Amino acid sequence: MLGTYFTFPELLIWIPLIMGILCFFFKKEAVVKSFALVASLLTLAVSISSLFYTNASYITYNVVSYQWMSQIGNTFYVGLDGTGRILTFLSALAFPVIIIASYNNSYKNVNAFYGLLLLTQAGIMGVFTAMDALLFYFFWELALIPVYFLCSRWGGEKRIQTTFKFFVYTFLGSLLMLTGIIYIYLHTPPRSFTNGIQVDHSFALNAFYSAKLSVTEQGWLFWLFFAAFAVKMPVFPLHTWQPDTYDQSPAPVTMVLSGLMVKMGLLGVIRWLIPVLPEATEKYTYIVMLLCVAGIIYASCIAMVQDNLKKLVAYSSIAHIGLMCAAIFAMNEIGLKGALLQMFNHGINIVGLWIVIDIIEKRTGIKNISQLGGLANRAPALTILFVIIALANIALPLTNSFVGELMMFTGIYRFNPWFAAVAGLSIILAAVYTLNMIQKVFYGNTNSITTQVNDISLKEKIILGAIVLIIFVLGIYPQLIIDLTKETVDALLVNVKQKI
Amino acid sequence: MDIKAYIILSLTLFTIGIIGVLVRRNAIIVFMCIELMLNSVNLLLVAFSKMHALSIAAKTSPTYAADAQIFVFFIMVVAAAEVTVGLAIIVMLYRNTHSVDVNFLNRLKN
Amino acid sequence: MKNISDIIWLIPFLPLLGFLIIGSARNILSRSVTGMIGSGTILASFILSLMVFWSVKNGTLYSLHYFDFINISSLKIGFDYKVDQLTSLFLLIITGVGFLIHVYSTSYMHAEPAKDFAKYFSFLNLFVFSMLILVMGGNYVIMFIGWEGVGLCSYLLIGYWFKNNDYTNAAKKAFIMNRIGDLGFLLAIFWFISKTGSVDFDILFSSSTLAKLSPADITGITLLLFVGATGKSAQIPLYTWLPDAMAGPTPVSALIHAATMVTAGIYMIARSNILYSSAQITQNVMVIIGMATVILAATIALKQNDIKKVLAYSTVSQLGYMFVALGVGSYTGAVFHVMTHAFFKALLFLGAGSVIHAMSGEQDMRNMGGLKKKLNITHITFLIGCLAIAGMPPLSGFFSKDEILAASFAESPLLWAFGIAGAAMTAFYMFRLYGMTFLGKFRGTSEQKDHLHESPAAITIPLIVLALLAIAGGWVGIPELFMQGGHRLEAFLKPVFEKKVGLPGTHTLTHQTEYILIAVSVVLSLLAIIIAVMRYRNYERTDKPSSAVSRVLENKWYVDELYQNIIVNPLRALSHFFTNVIEKKGIDGIVNGTGKAVNYSSRQLRWVQSGQVGAYVLLMVLGILVIFIIQLFL
Repeated sequence: MLGTYFTFPELLIWIPLIMGILCFFFKKEAVVKSFALVASLLTLAVSISSLFYTNASYITYNVVSYQWMSQIGNTFYVGLDGTGRILTFLSALAFPVIIIASYNNSYKNVNAFYGLLLLTQAGIMGVFTAMDALLFYFFWELALIPVYFLCSRWGGEKRIQTTFKFFVYTFLGSLLMLTGIIYIYLHTPPRSFTNGIQVDHSFALNAFYSAKLSVTEQGWLFWLFFAAFAVKMPVFPLHTWQPDTYDQSPAPVTMVLSGLMVKMGLLGVIRWLIPVLPEATEKYTYIVMLLCVAGIIYASCIAMVQDNLKKLVAYSSIAHIGLMCAAIFAMNEIGLKGALLQMFNHGINIVGLWIVIDIIEKRTGIKNISQLGGLANRAPALTILFVIIALANIALPLTNSFVGELMMFTGIYRFNPWFAAVAGLSIILAAVYTLNMIQKVFYGNTNSITTQVNDISLKEKIILGAIVLIIFVLGIYPQLIIDLTKETVDALLVNVKQKI
Repeated sequence: MDIKAYIILSLTLFTIGIIGVLVRRNAIIVFMCIELMLNSVNLLLVAFSKMHALSIAAKTSPTYAADAQIFVFFIMVVAAAEVTVGLAIIVMLYRNTHSVDVNFLNRLKN
Repeated sequence: MKNISDIIWLIPFLPLLGFLIIGSARNILSRSVTGMIGSGTILASFILSLMVFWSVKNGTLYSLHYFDFINISSLKIGFDYKVDQLTSLFLLIITGVGFLIHVYSTSYMHAEPAKDFAKYFSFLNLFVFSMLILVMGGNYVIMFIGWEGVGLCSYLLIGYWFKNNDYTNAAKKAFIMNRIGDLGFLLAIFWFISKTGSVDFDILFSSSTLAKLSPADITGITLLLFVGATGKSAQIPLYTWLPDAMAGPTPVSALIHAATMVTAGIYMIARSNILYSSAQITQNVMVIIGMATVILAATIALKQNDIKKVLAYSTVSQLGYMFVALGVGSYTGAVFHVMTHAFFKALLFLGAGSVIHAMSGEQDMRNMGGLKKKLNITHITFLIGCLAIAGMPPLSGFFSKDEILAASFAESPLLWAFGIAGAAMTAFYMFRLYGMTFLGKFRGTSEQKDHLHESPAAITIPLIVLALLAIAGGWVGIPELFMQGGHRLEAFLKPVFEKKVGLPGTHTLTHQTEYILIAVSVVLSLLAIIIAVMRYRNYERTDKPSSAVSRVLENKWYVDELYQNIIVNPLRALSHFFTNVIEKKGIDGIVNGTGKAVNYSSRQLRWVQSGQVGAYVLLMVLGILVIFIIQLFL
């Protein structure tokens, strides 16, 4: 069955895609929600089982390539490598959590809402597994388009304006990337298919890796691709869509955006940018690193004076993503592995943070820090769980982020000690804004609004408890994820070393 | 006759056509001026065709001289089609506005 | 005891277990059960630590590898414990003093609701766990886990009464100041990894690895580690969190801010002694910073009126001595002072707690006085503590302080002079505190007076035990001067510190010089004590405005204000600048500006689309003409 008819990456894409489309046909709210939950749990089950078939002998389970528009050298080519496994597992894990967390929220046209959410998941899974440039682009857009609808139809008051900004940023990025993909495609070596079709060029990942490009060509292609990925991550100064979008989107969408979609940009850099354009990467690393480090400090500073809880988390996320990007561009083993590990950890932590913020917003109707206070009196369980997640977010030892940040900083340090030292300031700034937030939201005395807040329900406790559990398991034994990164990172470094 | 005479005639007709299109507001007159312009070009095409038919190149290839005249037929067909559509529009216009003034047709603005 | 290595993991695990049990069952457990679990786990750890100590003393060292924390081809970090002489000594101090403080807390915190009581004990256990990880870690990363862990616990415990904004501010300050130091520590770790590919103590301190480090590397690394130590051990410039940390419950101040956490910096530098011994510049920096801290903190302590603040500044000042000792290469002296300081400072803090308890929460010494009669045991034990910290022979403080002063004299007499001045100030402010608190008439309200009582046994017994330790704790380090082979601590720690090369602190002084030094320091301290007692025996409140100098001291040299103005405010202004100017006007301005420009130009272009057929035709004709002209002439 498996390997003959289906492979893991296909299942991961088809289940949410088909279930998502089916979701549109239900009417009852409860049915839609349980259906979406079942769909996401099914995906999770597939993703978990895929973690047990990592061995090279299971290659037929993990990689598949169908003919699809062979005339232009394109195939439906999807596969799971170590990185793909980490990221698909993250999204498979995040979606049930997100759906359960939003179970009590009611949305208009609930069938469309969950349907679009599942379609987004299909798109994200596709991006993480695509081994063909056109397919990658296709899924990239498939993941984005439902998000536009979700933001513009179910968002906050300023949703139209915000979605427009988001749309302009991301679409501009996507178009630049498409131009880049086509240009590289025209420089790829010829390929012959098994059915005898001969084409001059192909979109396959390997073909892209062996494309013949001069250093000048690589130079401007680099910026085309980087712009697309940098918008998605986002890297300073292309980040301004993000705080507004996170603020205005409905909570589940914010979780998807910040937990999963930013990883698309990072994955793009690792899989599609650096190995395809190694010489340009080498040439522009300093500029990118400078942008990242500047962005880390800049975003951390802004987070310190933010009053809006959601924007605070958004800026903190910008800082963390900047760090991951810098660690990737440091181009050494420890930095890359740390960044991959951290991609997973960041996804877990930030989804946890958003769940808590959503809980607070639902109960009080407020998202301004200055209007809250004293929640610890009323909701001790929420406080404990949130403090743990927040501290994991600032990389306290024995939580998952610590190992990731340690490795990333070491990687950056190897690249240039001064970058590590400056970026390291964010460790302090992160502590400042996180503790400020905890103090102002949870400590102190209750005010007229917060005094009516109830502690969290058992379901919320289980969800947050599960996140906390993952935080500690990966904080104490990070090797679980680190082992998965080996394949990708080693191949990447070998690949790049050969070309330079 | 000298080709120059044809060119001058054609140019004159064409200019009249352009001026007519530019200055007249009656849609039917505008239409007729367009026809005038098309026919001035037809005239020029036929004149040049005839001139070339006498040249050496035409003697080696019999179709050479006929090329331009085929174009004239094309233009005549296009002009006829245009007239049918155009006149239909003008008739509809007249029914709606009781006028054939082209300056009246600024509804698409805004 | 063949299988001691099998039980070592239990030493930190038991407090962790206590934390987990108390923490998860905090709503069910009664106070007594919580207290039993909390103290019991620490007692068990203490007993295990004793067993480990004996086996280490008999010459068995332990290096244990549990699992790979990070294992990639360019770096391997194991979850390792390493127990040697230094570690085993710290284990005893941490679990021993920790246990006493747990017992003390069961009574001290009894008025708290059962839930909060459980919260308090779970944090306390977590703290002990972190501290144990810190000293047992077999590499810098595991040490760093404990290092940040104690910072976290200190944050949680200082902010224990979370409703009070000042307290949570103090907690935040402690954490952030610690984090500044932690950054230094982390950078040192990165430096290690990139130069040697390892963070393991055994590998790093082997001569083959040391050979990979240039002198500049060693100086840089040691300086960065020292930055870490200044954060945790409250040295200039990162000391201001410690006095504020007195916001936490008093036993916490005793445990964290006197006996254990603040000694982490000392431990770390003592652990890295091989590196420090070959980094002359760093050692000089440490001596200067240490001595400056001694003097600065001591001067501030002279003028404080809050009983805990005096003790806090005294802690800062004593830690300064330890850094001086480390800087002059007397690692044993520093560790010795850590130990005796743990005893007498825990004693003083717990005594102060007993006083505060009796005074119904009053901390201002101006409202105390004459407590001698009512609080008998507290008074006697507190006096012992004061004498010990003032360096009176034969109490413990005398031996350890003397060792540091002798070592600093060998380095430079000027240093010694500063040290003596600091010691005299110590004696003065401690007896000022003693006089204001225990002597004279009672100055509080009448309700407080009626309420005055000696504390229960759970408070007094730890005081007595600590008092005994404060007396006798120094006898393990009697200098050769008085007793041949008397410095058993030095002999015990020798294997850890003997590997040092070219150590400056090894110059020996003649016996005659040593006698003079001791005499001078004892006489000066005695004088300070007498003056202080005379002056503050019958302290009366006066409203007379204080002199300029004492105003500066009362306001702690305005250091907090200075930091506020040169760091906090500019950073805040910068952040606002980023938010309001660069983010909103700059980047968003460009993005929105692009949109606006497009919009504007479209509006301007709209007149072209007039809707007039004639105009279109005219434009078309003109366009064609232009094309013709271009075709023909250009």
